[in-house]
Amino acid sequence: MWQTYETPVSIEEAIATLAQYDGRAQIIAGGTDLIVELQEGKHSVDCLVDVTRIPGLNRIEQEGDWIVMGANVTFRQLKDSPLLQQQARVLSEAAATVGALQIQTVATLAGNIVSALPAADGAVALVSLEAEVEVCDGGGRAWHPVDQLFLGPGKSAVDPHRQMITAIRVPAAGPGQGSAWERIGRRRALVLPILNCAVCVALDGDGRAFEWARIGLGPVAPVPFRARETEAFLASQPATEETFRQAAEIAAGEAKPRTSLLRASKEYRTEVLKVLVRQGLTRAVEQARAGR
Amino acid sequence: MEPKTYPLTMTINGRQVSVEIEADDLLVDVLRDRLGLIGTKVGCNEGECGACTVIMDGEAVLSCLIPALRASGSEITTIEGLSDGDTLHPLQQAFVEHGAVQCGYCIPGFIMSAKALLDANPQPSHEEIKEAIAGNLCRCTGYVKIIEAIEAVAGAD
Repeated sequence: MWQTYETPVSIEEAIATLAQYDGRAQIIAGGTDLIVELQEGKHSVDCLVDVTRIPGLNRIEQEGDWIVMGANVTFRQLKDSPLLQQQARVLSEAAATVGALQIQTVATLAGNIVSALPAADGAVALVSLEAEVEVCDGGGRAWHPVDQLFLGPGKSAVDPHRQMITAIRVPAAGPGQGSAWERIGRRRALVLPILNCAVCVALDGDGRAFEWARIGLGPVAPVPFRARETEAFLASQPATEETFRQAAEIAAGEAKPRTSLLRASKEYRTEVLKVLVRQGLTRAVEQARAGR
Repeated sequence: MEPKTYPLTMTINGRQVSVEIEADDLLVDVLRDRLGLIGTKVGCNEGECGACTVIMDGEAVLSCLIPALRASGSEITTIEGLSDGDTLHPLQQAFVEHGAVQCGYCIPGFIMSAKALLDANPQPSHEEIKEAIAGNLCRCTGYVKIIEAIEAVAGAD
């Protein structure tokens, strides 16, 4: 499947190794998607560049208004992080629903960005958080809004043959903000979601109305989806059950779930989507009020 | 051209082991085919069944998804490392006594997941046990007797 395996101990060394192979080498971190793809022969490489021995890429830290995560941070770390549970709960909750424990222990959030699957739990949560991603290549490092990195199903703007993600950052929740994760699948582990839904909200000073809301949904489009019409409706609406119900209807109208023979029909997904949006808004608002 | 080979040294079940492997060998294949540790099973070979679960540096992982070279320098425990001679590990004994085993193919994976849990958390709750084995599938029957077996060992401490 691959002929050489490199274990660089710095980011610079990893990028130099990629350059040396001129497109025939690829970054591997957790590998839980990549190994399966290579086994299936979906694509081939000459060399895997294993970045898991590069020190310093496992941190989760608050820096000013951001929570910054190194590229090797795993879903297990996200799930267990008290900082994220407080400041970006949607990401921590989403991480707990990925695969199963053995997958969470090795799979990375950065891998979700490079794999660019529209249902990926980490990716959908990141879109709702308006995360930013630091990408490094021969030209240096630059931060990018995460939604600009998803080009299509399985297509990321980050080219793992020439570039690597070095960090991911999400805004720390301020006072009056909250977030929540909702997901439905055929089982509660080891399955892709029938639907998932990430909600982030900010309430006004007395906690009665939305300042803003952001909603991520998957898989309802070729890329992790932002329900922007629903978000526009919610801004400055009262945070009541009636508003949540109306928002759910708008979200069901703007998202376009498709029938999947393996998972669920379009009709079922559309109905479930409304429930997830309502539940997500309810829980995110509860959390925002608790944290005022 | 001869494929390049790599030396791999790791500690397996307390013994240091060195083998020459190829870059794309996966941990499960090195364990089974090179080292004869066939207690670790291959089920789906794509990270969806848990039959290949081993403990690597204290954590349950899927050996079918781990490039063997990543295990360089690590400590691995497989099902073969649990019994003490003819005396079964308490988890193995409990699985027998609770009738948790039918065809048995998934059981090494379940026991390794359970061991990783109990090593880190000797008195887990019912929910924590369920979460720890959620990545292991059994197709013969349900999970009730498996959970009872793990609870029996947890409660015995």
